[in-house]
Order: sequence, then C-alpha cells, then structure tokens
Amino acid sequence: QQVSVEVLDHLEHLALVDFRDSEGVERLQKAIQFADQLHEVNTDGVEPMDSVLEDRCLYLREDDVTEGNCTKELLENAREKVEEYFVAPPGNIPLPKLEERETFLQGS
Amino acid sequence: LAPWVPVVGLEIHAQISSNSKLFSGSQVQFAAPPNSLVSFFDASLPGTLPVLNRRCVEAAVMTGLALNCSINKKSLFDRKHYFYADLPAGYQITQQRVPIAVNGSLSYSLCIDNKMSQMVTKTVRIKQIQLEQDSGKSLHDDIRSQTLVDLNRAGVGLMEVVMEPDMCCGEEAAAAVRELQLILQTLGSSQAVMAEGQLRVDANVSVHHPGEPYGVRTEVKNINSIRFLAKAIDYEIQRQIEELENGGTILNETRAFDSKLGCTVPMRDKEGKQDYRFMPEPNLPPLVLYDAKSLPANMNHQQVINIDWIHERLPDLPSVKRKKLVEEYGILPEHSFTLLNEDGLAEFFESVVKQTQMKPKKVIGWILNDLLSYLKQHSLTVKESPVSSFLLADLLNLLEKKEISSTAAKQVLAELWKGEGKTALEIVKEQKLELLQDQKELEQICQAVIDGQENE
Repeated sequence: QQVSVEVLDHLEHLALVDFRDSEGVERLQKAIQFADQLHEVNTDGVEPMDSVLEDRCLYLREDDVTEGNCTKELLENAREKVEEYFVAPPGNIPLPKLEERETFLQGS
Repeated sequence: LAPWVPVVGLEIHAQISSNSKLFSGSQVQFAAPPNSLVSFFDASLPGTLPVLNRRCVEAAVMTGLALNCSINKKSLFDRKHYFYADLPAGYQITQQRVPIAVNGSLSYSLCIDNKMSQMVTKTVRIKQIQLEQDSGKSLHDDIRSQTLVDLNRAGVGLMEVVMEPDMCCGEEAAAAVRELQLILQTLGSSQAVMAEGQLRVDANVSVHHPGEPYGVRTEVKNINSIRFLAKAIDYEIQRQIEELENGGTILNETRAFDSKLGCTVPMRDKEGKQDYRFMPEPNLPPLVLYDAKSLPANMNHQQVINIDWIHERLPDLPSVKRKKLVEEYGILPEHSFTLLNEDGLAEFFESVVKQTQMKPKKVIGWILNDLLSYLKQHSLTVKESPVSSFLLADLLNLLEKKEISSTAAKQVLAELWKGEGKTALEIVKEQKLELLQDQKELEQICQAVIDGQENE
C-alpha cells in the first residue's frame, strides 16, 4: 500500500521534513509496514499504554522561584536580537506549494 | 423570513495565579524586562525536562470543584504541535485526551430588559478544564518586517475552561464570563484581569434555523474586555445572518475582533485546517489525584493532592455570598449583585453596618447610590475611597439619631469626599446643619415668620 503524494506533501508541511528522494519515501513506507504488524495483536478491552512510566509517580514541585534571570546567556544563542528581544520573521513562512517548490515529490 | 437561532460557545484561558511556571521554576510576573523570567526549559534548550508545579494542579482542582466538575483522578499530558516564533519547542504541553476536570456547570444571572429588578438565572455546561502552557509574546514590527519575541510568558500555567455552546448572544456570554471571573478571583486560582491578559476569551459562533442542524461556526479571537466580548459576538451573529440571507456561505475560519471598527475580520496565518499531530507527552507520567478514601498510607505528604481536603477548604462562592448577604441584611438580590461586582464593596457595606445603628436596608441605599456613584464618577476603587467606612458610619449615626436631616447628610457627605480629615460632626457644626430639637426655639422661629407675614 503506497503512501499518497498528498500525505507526503502534508507531512513535509507539518514537520518540515524533506523526503528528498525515492529512498526516503521507501524508508517511510517500510517503517509504516513494520509498525502495521501491531494490528495482528487483538487488543479488545485492553487499555493502550503510551509509556512504560505509566506506573511511576509524577513528581510535584513546590511553587518556588528557582530559575530565570539569565537573559544574557539565552540571547547568546540568538542570531539576531533587538534590546533583549529575540528577532523572528514577521510571520510563519509557509513551505511553498507542491507545484512551486523543488521537491522530488513533484515527479510522483 | 425564518427566524435564526444563534449558538455561542466559549474557550476561556485563565492564567494560574502562582509564583512560578507550570513546568519550570522561573517567575510568573506581568511587565518584567524582556526574557528575564525565562529558564532553559522555557527557551526549549535541549536536555531540559518539564517538572509539574503542585500549586497549578491545586488551582485547577479548586476551579473544577467550584464549577461542579468531576475531577479525573488520573489525567494525562499531551503535546500539541504547531510552528510559531513564540512557541520555542514547536509544541505546547496540554491535556487533550484526559483533562483534569470534566462535565461541570456554571450558573449566571441576567437582567431582563436591562431592569436589575428582573433577574433570570441561566446555566452553561462546562465541557472540561485542562492544564496547559502559555506561549511567549510576539511584538509585530511591521516597519522593519520582523517580530520581536519575549518568552517571559512562555510556560506560565493556564487553565483552559471550555463552555458548551449553550449561550445565544453576547449578553449571555458576557454574564457567564463575568461570573467565572468572580469565581476565579474568589478562589484565588487566577486573578483573571482581562486587561493584563490573565483571562482570554475566544468565542465560537454559528447560526441556524430552528429544527435544522447547527451551522458552520467561526472562531472569534483578540477580545480584550467583557464589553468587547458581547460586541464581538453580536456583530459576528449579525454578519453571519446577513451573509446567509444574501445567499452566501460561512467559512469555518478564525476571525479577529477589531475593537476600533467594532467588527470581525479574517485572521492571517490561520488559513487552512490545522493538524496538531497530538501525541502523549513522553516525559510526564499520568497525574494521579487522591481523595479521602484512596489516600495512600505511606506516601510523602508533599507528593499527594487530596481532592476532598481541597473541597473542604473552598471559600464561599459568589452565589453563596450573595445569598448570605440577602438573608443576613434583608437587602434585595440585585443589591447583592452590585455589592459583589465591585471589588471591596461588600466588605465596606458590612463594615458600615457593624459601626452604625442604621438598619442595613437603609445603609444599602447610601452605599449603592451615594458612595458607588461618587466612586464611579471619579474612577476610584473602593480601596481608594476618601470616605472610609468609619466616617460614613459616623455620618449615618447622626442621621439615625435625628441630629441632622437627610438633605443635610448629603451635604455633609459631599464635604467628606474632599478628604480634608474632618469628621461628620465637625462639618455639621461648621455649616450649622444641626436639626433644631429645642421646642421653645422652634416656636420662636415660627412666630417670627408668622409675624413677618402679618406685617405685609
């Protein structure tokens, strides 16, 4: 079962991954096939587990101020800054539409 | 023309009143130097992990109990993914699958035809309350075509309260939000000041014909006050009705309220349906809460949250306070609403009642008509009143003992507002406002008037 071009395009938008070439797409297909094996198990009436930590205690912290006040250190990583603000582009720059960007997916 | 039924639901984000953030130890404070209240975790630097703040959980449990919700003894955290400059991790930690509280209700009151004497009680169902992180703040600089990002707010704890679409207009939504605001402030779980962004409301609006399925809904954001909330909703209802009556369609979109123009406009950057790719937060085990029955024997006290313990310590909610005021003082229900609507006014009223012999039913008139209107005229809060409860009680005592007339009392009050430190008695003496009690003196005055008339 093939993953459609629409889904691949959608994933590239959402996660900003680049499948780059047919090998990349094939790797994805194989990963899905591998995970699909889970469907062979009958899970009727079984609560899904999403972490092996599910029986651990969630640690609760006291409401004290213990961090912060490190503006200089944080801004050290910033490519651009203006008076202690991080600088970002004016809005999200959307990935160009499938027809308009150079992607291997176009040929599919 | 067939009638239209408007349907209004609300998503309310209330900032939790706590010293530190939901998952980190940086401080929660309004208007601090940019990026000064930001920890490595808040900035999403690699190698950092979330650690849940106990106070935030307690605030959510209190709020859930006050809103008659079922508290989920086990709730889960999830990641909601989207890209935006003020969300450094690229996802928000929220509770999408199993939130901390569900299935509650909120009762609020409305005046019919703007008459306070005719109040009707309505109820809106609370779908759920969930704990989640706030994002940072973006300042848009259109001139230089850039956005400045301040992460001070990133990671602050929020309670998202989801109200079912049980409301039908701006007035109902505004009244419901006002009551929620009072409840949150009474609990102390949020200061809920809209002007400081501690209470943010998004409205979901649609219209349909009776008997037909619900129409397409729009989401209205960027509403900065309760007044604007009512305006924005009513505008959007009208806009949708006009659009549909002209044969158009409603898009399932997000719109922003423009307070200057009084209308809603489509929002940019929100085109297309968002796919948030929800997934369980792998770094946080389930949040487990206990009650008196399920309390574990050998656990560290500090690590246990007991729902029953919190329930026993809930303060009187506004609706209960109002009832008590009416029962104890014999004032009208609408009076109790006004008393609770003004911060500190109920306490001021009770303080005056304690210090005067005048009956509460008479005192309330002085509080609501004279004191409150003066404060409103000069944009003062009760705390800032130049006339203290002691001074007012003192004045009312003079009136009660019939040492002055009520007209004179109003004159004295006007003088007291000046806040020159004089007592009521001093002003009465200064302006010779005492009621004459001496029978002989009164007879002499009357006789003089009669004599004066006879001479004409």
